[in-house]
Amino acid sequence: MANSQDRSQGRAGGIASSEAPAINTFTGNRALQIEEPLIFEMGQAGRCGVDLPEPPKVKDRLNGMRRKGDIGLPGLSEPQVVQHYTRLSQKNYAIDMGVYPLGSCTMKHNPRINEKVARLPGIGDLHPLQPVSTVQGALELIDRLAHWLKTLTGMPAVAMSPAAGAHGEMCGMMAIAAALDAKGERAQRKVVLAPESAHGTNPATAAALGFVVKPIPANDRGRVDLAALKAALGPDVAAIMLTNPNTCGLFESEIVEISKAVHTAGAYFYCDGANFNAIVGRVRPGDLGIDCMHINLHKTFSTPHGGGGPGAGPVVLSAALAPYAPYPWIVKNGDKWSVAEDGAKVDGVPLGRLKAFHGQMGMFTRALAYIMSHGADGLKQVAEDAVLNANYVMAALKDVMSPAFEGPCMHEALFDDSFLKDTGVSTLDFAKAMIDEGYHPMTMYFPLVVHGAMLIEPTESVAKEDLDQFIGALRSLTERAKTGTAAEAFKAAPLYSPRRRLDETLAARKPVLRWKPSNNPPGSDPMKQAAE
Amino acid sequence: MRYLPLTEADRREMLAVIGAKSVDELFKDVPASARLGAKVAGLPDHQGELEVERAFQAYAAKNVSPSTAPFFIGAGAYRHHVPSTVDYMIQRGEFLTSYTPYQPEITQGTLQYLFEFQTQVTLLTGMEVANASMYDGSTGTTEAVLMANRLTRRHKALISGGLHPQYRSIIETTAKWEGFKAQISKPDAEGLEDLIAAVDKETSCVVVQNPSFFGHVRDFTKLAEACHAAGALLIVVVTEVVSLGLLKPPGEMGADIVVCEGQSIGNGLGFGGPYVGLFATKEKYMRQMPGRLCGETVDADGKRGFVLTLSTREQHIRREKATSNICTNAGLCALAFTVHLTLLGEAGFTRLAELNHAKASQLADKLAAVPGVKVLNDSFFNEFTVKLPKPAAPVVEALAAKRILGGLPVSRLIPGDASVENLLLVAATETATEAGMDPFVAALKEVL
Repeated sequence: MANSQDRSQGRAGGIASSEAPAINTFTGNRALQIEEPLIFEMGQAGRCGVDLPEPPKVKDRLNGMRRKGDIGLPGLSEPQVVQHYTRLSQKNYAIDMGVYPLGSCTMKHNPRINEKVARLPGIGDLHPLQPVSTVQGALELIDRLAHWLKTLTGMPAVAMSPAAGAHGEMCGMMAIAAALDAKGERAQRKVVLAPESAHGTNPATAAALGFVVKPIPANDRGRVDLAALKAALGPDVAAIMLTNPNTCGLFESEIVEISKAVHTAGAYFYCDGANFNAIVGRVRPGDLGIDCMHINLHKTFSTPHGGGGPGAGPVVLSAALAPYAPYPWIVKNGDKWSVAEDGAKVDGVPLGRLKAFHGQMGMFTRALAYIMSHGADGLKQVAEDAVLNANYVMAALKDVMSPAFEGPCMHEALFDDSFLKDTGVSTLDFAKAMIDEGYHPMTMYFPLVVHGAMLIEPTESVAKEDLDQFIGALRSLTERAKTGTAAEAFKAAPLYSPRRRLDETLAARKPVLRWKPSNNPPGSDPMKQAAE
Repeated sequence: MRYLPLTEADRREMLAVIGAKSVDELFKDVPASARLGAKVAGLPDHQGELEVERAFQAYAAKNVSPSTAPFFIGAGAYRHHVPSTVDYMIQRGEFLTSYTPYQPEITQGTLQYLFEFQTQVTLLTGMEVANASMYDGSTGTTEAVLMANRLTRRHKALISGGLHPQYRSIIETTAKWEGFKAQISKPDAEGLEDLIAAVDKETSCVVVQNPSFFGHVRDFTKLAEACHAAGALLIVVVTEVVSLGLLKPPGEMGADIVVCEGQSIGNGLGFGGPYVGLFATKEKYMRQMPGRLCGETVDADGKRGFVLTLSTREQHIRREKATSNICTNAGLCALAFTVHLTLLGEAGFTRLAELNHAKASQLADKLAAVPGVKVLNDSFFNEFTVKLPKPAAPVVEALAAKRILGGLPVSRLIPGDASVENLLLVAATETATEAGMDPFVAALKEVL
């Protein structure tokens, strides 16, 4: 073996200066950032990532409907598949990587014990239509979560089946329509009141059910204007849809008066529970006089957002709405559990069915694991820490950014863009610059009632030292923006992400929603290459 | 509390910065009558991982896992083998704990797999465009009806008696509260229904399922023609997506909207959810689609990238004028679907479908040989209906007592209809074995 005098073995010593010019790599990759083609550009006929036995020979019973021709799916081996998705994963920001302050979305830590218990044999592999005698534990589990949700909200009933928050809104608003129907008031009560700051799902849901959505004005404190609400309440109003804490991150301080006024007018109170994390374990919405509220298990109760779903949106119901709860629900007779499905004789007048089977069981399991891990004591602490973190952000930034309203806030801090006035930097630019600092941007331009809104929800999961660094980064960006000479640099951000700003106008003007051989980038069309 | 990083010292320091004496002060806007001084009463305190896991093992022990018993239930949810790779990939934190890709610069991973997923869905269904997934097949079917109502400006949907009864029930519920007519056909156990004559100038759409709830494989080409002649749309629902590995795709029959339950690929049974809805249509109807859409574009450096697009259809932009109130999709389940389908590829997917058909054929022959049992289907994919000499529900219970999960009594989903009381719906996938089929057949002989 050659006896090298160089003991550095390539370490230290020969590091080039930081002024070394950027290089265009042969591969287009940049170290850990690998440019990844589409699976359709990688596949080869004859490759397969699974081994399946030869099917036994049987008589074809397909009624002459056998597929002719290939489907067109690419063939990849297992290691290629693993590399493909691993490389893709490395182009994503995630809660597991750091602060994800997306207001209204409650991006809290997703514990892994939740994943483990959801996959246990006897839970994760059950068929929804097994005989009920063989799924007693599963039904008990759903009922246990229902018990927690009812107790935490102080409400007498819960419909478990809605698949997401908006689906829960649909369920709750259908229950309200059903209650009005029962009173013979459906035709007369056509109006649903909702603040302009509401989530877009609220008006979309109400309109789908044939209601006319009318705005409720806000006062200068960012809350519902009670006098204006009272004036709007009449015999034509079916319901009010109100988020509390509201989308400005503020608690509706007159909510008890609001619910009284709504009920006096013969209407119902739909509460959007997207922001339940601010008050879980500390305030029971039932004590505020609401009639129904959906609970996003993927927000308050930590079931993973998974890149946009799945979610789960159980809806708690007041005594007035409980009789209209949809199928299915869990029933206990003695020590036996059963499930009331379509056509079952029950007390009340079920509004129908919203989803096949029993709801998002996998989310129920994870949410219950989260709830049991925290307990009543821990959940109260969750709300307190979430609110404390948001107020800390607000306090630490209020001298350089512009809070939209006077505090204290609840679990999210809302800023407008007046601090960026005359800098040439927009809310969007500011947010994109945060990406280069290693953060996911906050929610932008929502709620609509605040100009250039920036809605920061740190959640209880962020440690103080991480929050301090986040605050430091925002202060630094603010300073830079205010120099008045940084607009161009902000508009170029982000520079260090896997992709720079994407042309969304092009995407919408000429929609390309699927791969076709013809939209391969030049030189990378495997079919063409094969032909050559 | 293991999930909460703030220490008491942190909290004190932070309160000082805020200028509040206590956390209570931050909750001062909550009406005093609703402020709980202490934690919510009547609920236990926090527990360690060990205790939590033990509690769930206790729940699991009270159930019969399909992996421990001969298993033949389908009816819209199918037991398939999911390769280990799938579950490992979807548990990567970068996928698992990311949100809807609103910031495309740092969510190209999610966006690219959604683009690939959309492409796979168009290939399987034979359609031109697909969205980034729906909650599941059942809710997706109702969304398809609403979309057809918007496109045709008509308000009458014809619902096949071959559609999954719970899917039908969701359409009926939505029809009742959103205000359109759902004309329901009687259960089509024999697979002989013909809806062509029922299509008229008021019909917005016809909703059929292939293979049907009862398992029959049909050609809907003529029905599609009849729909189009009347200005209506044909919606084809597929609850067993593996069937598309063998069967002519709905797009080739002239379907206008195709909705599939995608659970079979990549997603376990999970007691009914979360699953993943596949939703595909023709390009000309693209702008009336519900849900998220991912599209290709370029970034500031001209590199290919992906974004959520055509969001002017959606609730966060259009509010009360949106095409749907949907916000959430089934992103992670769509990832499971696309990883599994990528592992399978053309060869694996078609082989999987062949295997399913073969296993079901074997089981059908075995059951047909049982005295008093009649297989109703001339055609099927991996599921078929048998008529028993007595009501199916107690038979299934008797089988369960022998630890055999022997299909679904149709009366569970269609209660109070004497014509289906003796019907048993039986499925066999690639997971079925002779060692499971034979005890099932023997036990059925005993309990009949």
